[in-house]
Amino acid sequence: MTKRFPTGTVALTDVSMSLDSGEFVTVVGPSGCGKSTLLRLASGLETATGGSIEVSARATSYVFQDATLLEWRTALRNVELVGELRGASREERRSRARAALDLVGLTGFESQHPRQLSGGMRMRVSLARALVAEPDLALFDEPFGALDEITRLQMQTELQRIFRQERFAGLFITHSVSEAVYLSTRVLVMSGRPGRIVAEIPIPWDYPRPPELRYSAEFGEITGRVSTALGEHS
Amino acid sequence: MTTVETRVETPAPQADPPRSVARSALRSALPIIGALVGFVAVWYLVTYLVLPAKQRFLLPPPHEVYGTTFSNPQLMGPMMEALARSFAVALVGLVIAVVFGISYAVVMSQWAWAEKVLYPYAVILQTIPILALVPLIGIWLGYSFLARVAVCVIIALFPMVANTLFGLQSASAAAHDLFTLNKATRWQRLVKLQFPAAVPSIFTGLRNAAGLSVIGAIVGDYFFQQGSPGIGGLLRVYTQRLQMEALLTSVTLTALFGVVIFTIFAVLDRAVVGRWYGRVAR
Ligand SMILES: Nc1ncnc2c1ncn2[C@@H]1O[C@H](COP(=O)(O)OP(=O)(O)OP(=O)(O)O)[C@@H](O)[C@H]1O
Ligand SMILES: [Mg+2]
Repeated sequence: MTKRFPTGTVALTDVSMSLDSGEFVTVVGPSGCGKSTLLRLASGLETATGGSIEVSARATSYVFQDATLLEWRTALRNVELVGELRGASREERRSRARAALDLVGLTGFESQHPRQLSGGMRMRVSLARALVAEPDLALFDEPFGALDEITRLQMQTELQRIFRQERFAGLFITHSVSEAVYLSTRVLVMSGRPGRIVAEIPIPWDYPRPPELRYSAEFGEITGRVSTALGEHS
Repeated sequence: MTTVETRVETPAPQADPPRSVARSALRSALPIIGALVGFVAVWYLVTYLVLPAKQRFLLPPPHEVYGTTFSNPQLMGPMMEALARSFAVALVGLVIAVVFGISYAVVMSQWAWAEKVLYPYAVILQTIPILALVPLIGIWLGYSFLARVAVCVIIALFPMVANTLFGLQSASAAAHDLFTLNKATRWQRLVKLQFPAAVPSIFTGLRNAAGLSVIGAIVGDYFFQQGSPGIGGLLRVYTQRLQMEALLTSVTLTALFGVVIFTIFAVLDRAVVGRWYGRVAR
C-alpha cells in the first residue's frame, strides 16, 4: 500500500505486511517515516491512496502515544467509555471495566481521576481501555515513549504478560530497539521517508519472557542486528 | 522457564482533604477587602489633603457621605429597591446570554461552515459600541425592562459564545480519534467529549458574562428611564440634582453589587471546576 497526503507528502511507499493472530509485530524506523500513518491506515482512521488493506479483526483497539484519558472521568469511567459508546448495559460495561483495570494492576484506583494518577498509571488505564473491548487486533503507537526508563521496563513486562494471556494480534510502534526485541515475535525495520519495510527480523523466544532476558548475549546479538538494519537505511 | 509476574503494590487511594467553600470564599474576598481599605484611604487623602476647603463639597469624606445617606431611610429605601430591580435585569439578561450563547457555540462547533457563517455576527455584536445601539433598542423595545435586559444580553453574550466555543474545540485530536474508532455518533461526541471538555471554559465565560451583565443592567437603567428606576436611573437623577452624598453612595452600592456578583461566580467557578477534575482547586 501507499499513502500520499493531500499536502503532497508521501508517507509510505509499497509497504506490504501481514499480521496473524497470536503475533506481536513491532515496527521501528526513523522519526517521520510513516509509522503512525501505518497504524492509522490499519485502524481505518486514514484510507490508503494506493494498494489495499484487509482487516478481518472483529474488534480493533488503539493505544495512543499519550494516555488520552478524559480528565473529568475517573479511571473506571474512562475504561467504561468504550462500552458506553457501543451501547453495552451499565452492569456489563462496569464489570468488564473492573476486570480490565485488574488486568493492568490498577485495582483500588478505580475512582481516581487522571490528574491524581502518575504517568505510568495513566498509561495502564489507557491499556485497560484498549483491552476492555477484547480486541483481536491491538494497535500501539509508541505508548511508552513518554515514560521514564523504570516505568517503561515495568510496562513492557506487563504488556507481554497480558499479550500471553489475551492473545490478540499486536502491532506496536516504537523508537526503542530493545523494547521492540523484548516484546515482539517479529521486528519490522522501516526506512526514512517515504517509508518502506527494509528488514524483517524474527524473534525466537516464547512468552512469558523474564525481564533478565534483556541482559542475555542472544538478546544483545538480535538488538545489534536490528540497529544495524536501522542504521543502513535512515 | 520461570514465570515472572510483576504487580505493583498499590497503596490505598487517598483524596486531598476537602476544603470548605466558606474558606475558599474568604480567600477570594480578602484581596477585595484590602482593595476597599486602600480605596477609602485614598478618598480621605484626596478630601483633606488634595482638595482646598472651598471645593470639599465635590468629594465629602466617606463618613459624611455614608453617615448622611445610610441614616436616611427616605434615601436608602428607593436606592435598595432600585438595586433589586437592576439585579433582576442583570439576572434575566445573564440567563438569556448563557442559554443563547452556549447554544450558539454548540451549533458553531458542529459544522465548520456554521462557524464561518455565525462567528462574524458574534464579533460584530462585541465590537459595535453599545451606545450606538441604545437609540435603536429604545425605539424597538421601548424604554423599560425589556430594553434594559437587551443591553445586558448584548454585552454579556460574547464572552459566553467565545469561551464555550473555545472549550468545545479544546478536546485533543487523539481523543476525537478515540471516539471515531469506537464509531461514536455526533451526539455522543458532543455530550461525552466536547461538552464535558468545555465545562471549565464555560465557567470562565460565566464569570465574565456575570460581571458584564451587571454593567449592562446599569447602562440600561441609565438610558431607559420608563417605569420604576434601577440604580443606573438613580445615578442620573442624583447627578442632575448634584446630590453628592446620594450619588457617591449609589456609586458605591453599584460597585459592591458588581464585586459581589463577580465573587459569587469566581467561587462557583473554582468549586465546580476543581471537583470536575476530581479534586478541590487550590
Ligand atoms: N494529516 C497529514 N497531512 C499531511 N502530512 C502528514 C499528515 N500526517 C502525517 N503527515 C506526514 O507524513 C509523514 C509521516 O508521518 P507519521 O506521523 O506517520 O511519522 P512517524 O513515523 O509516526 O513519526 P514519529 O516517529 O515522529 O512519530 C511525516 O512527514 C508527516 O509530516
Ligand atoms: Mg508517530
